[in-house]
Amino acid sequence: MIALLMRDLKLALRAGGGFGLGLAFFLIVTVLVPFSVGPQSALLGKIAPGVLWLGALLACLLSLDRLLALDWEDGSLDLLATAPLPLESTVTIKALAHWLTTGLPLVLAAPVLGVLLNLPGPGYLWLVVSLLLGTPALSVIGTFGAALTVGLKRGGLLLSLLVLPLYVPTLIFGAEVARRGAEGFAVQMPLLMLAGISAASIALLPFASAAVLRVNLR
Amino acid sequence: MSLKVTDLSIARGGVPVLEGVAFTLADGCALILRGPNGIGKTTLLRTVAGLQPPLKGAIEGAEDRIAYAAHADGLKPTLTVAENLTFWASVFGARGIDAALAAYQLEPLKDRHAGNLSAGQKRRLGLARMLVTGRPVWVMDEPTVSLDKEAVAMFADAVRGHLANGGSALIATHIDLGLDAEVLDVGPHKAKPAALDDFDGDFL
Repeated sequence: MIALLMRDLKLALRAGGGFGLGLAFFLIVTVLVPFSVGPQSALLGKIAPGVLWLGALLACLLSLDRLLALDWEDGSLDLLATAPLPLESTVTIKALAHWLTTGLPLVLAAPVLGVLLNLPGPGYLWLVVSLLLGTPALSVIGTFGAALTVGLKRGGLLLSLLVLPLYVPTLIFGAEVARRGAEGFAVQMPLLMLAGISAASIALLPFASAAVLRVNLR
Repeated sequence: MSLKVTDLSIARGGVPVLEGVAFTLADGCALILRGPNGIGKTTLLRTVAGLQPPLKGAIEGAEDRIAYAAHADGLKPTLTVAENLTFWASVFGARGIDAALAAYQLEPLKDRHAGNLSAGQKRRLGLARMLVTGRPVWVMDEPTVSLDKEAVAMFADAVRGHLANGGSALIATHIDLGLDAEVLDVGPHKAKPAALDDFDGDFL
């Protein structure tokens, strides 16, 4: 399992691995928003949590179609399926590697980019906390979508359409935590909902992903 | 423990391709599959490897004993030869890769990125992967594609060594490997088209 994780991280970091794609997209979105909205710092501060969350979610979505498709194309998915590793742990490791290379950099970059959007002071902590809790769910749900569409030519479009509705609850509660945090309200309720969504996705979806992958490999 | 396949029927894309396939592969033996293109050799191998369920019939002695080599080698172009092989070695439980590198004369290419290898060298690396799995039953689909004469000899030697160690091999190939192996022609097992029933008769 460690070997698979290390391989995926190595592949992501080497040339052409796509590491930084999500981060660059996130940066572009947050840098451009002030230009399109206009230099009204009060308005920017108000929409900052939502924009940051949406940017992070779309950045995450961007790298999903490579998550299993590359392994499918070069045949290593077949070989992994016949390896001693259960497919459930293979997809979990894949999701973890995706989170480490896409989700975690977004979490770390978010407070820096928050400055560009004039995010109010108390919001930084809750923005990071909500992204830290929410991005693992995005990776796991995304892996499920990637497993559903693996083997389809140009499956990226279908993948986005399948995954977007599943991302909505995470987005709603994640952005709500960041917004309430920024405005100084109690964050407990959306925070618990967000944690619940993450916990449930991480606990259940690997089994679903492995099941659909088995069907797709036939 | 031998691999035993009884009365196996398999389908590709929902269409039955082979039926009534039966063979026993004892330890230390090799079985060569032959048959025309499209007859279902790959589907049969994928079924034996557990990648797809059979329509009918049973496969015994395959659980956790099979190393499968498909048409694609499953190599990562941005990893070096040694890294690719080490990865598969540790997935299958960490064995040394030196013997496998030596068997296919890959040492000089060890630090080369797999993406820069020729087709034959890639295939040799893909075949070397079988040696690091430590699995007793090799299931191989056209393993000699793009190999030159010398590499085919290396492959035959590797299979011979594997058989001598009590392993077994199920190989779909059309060239003569010079192995002391049984040959199974799957041609006669071609699935018959579904019989017409009354509904079809009315429709036609």
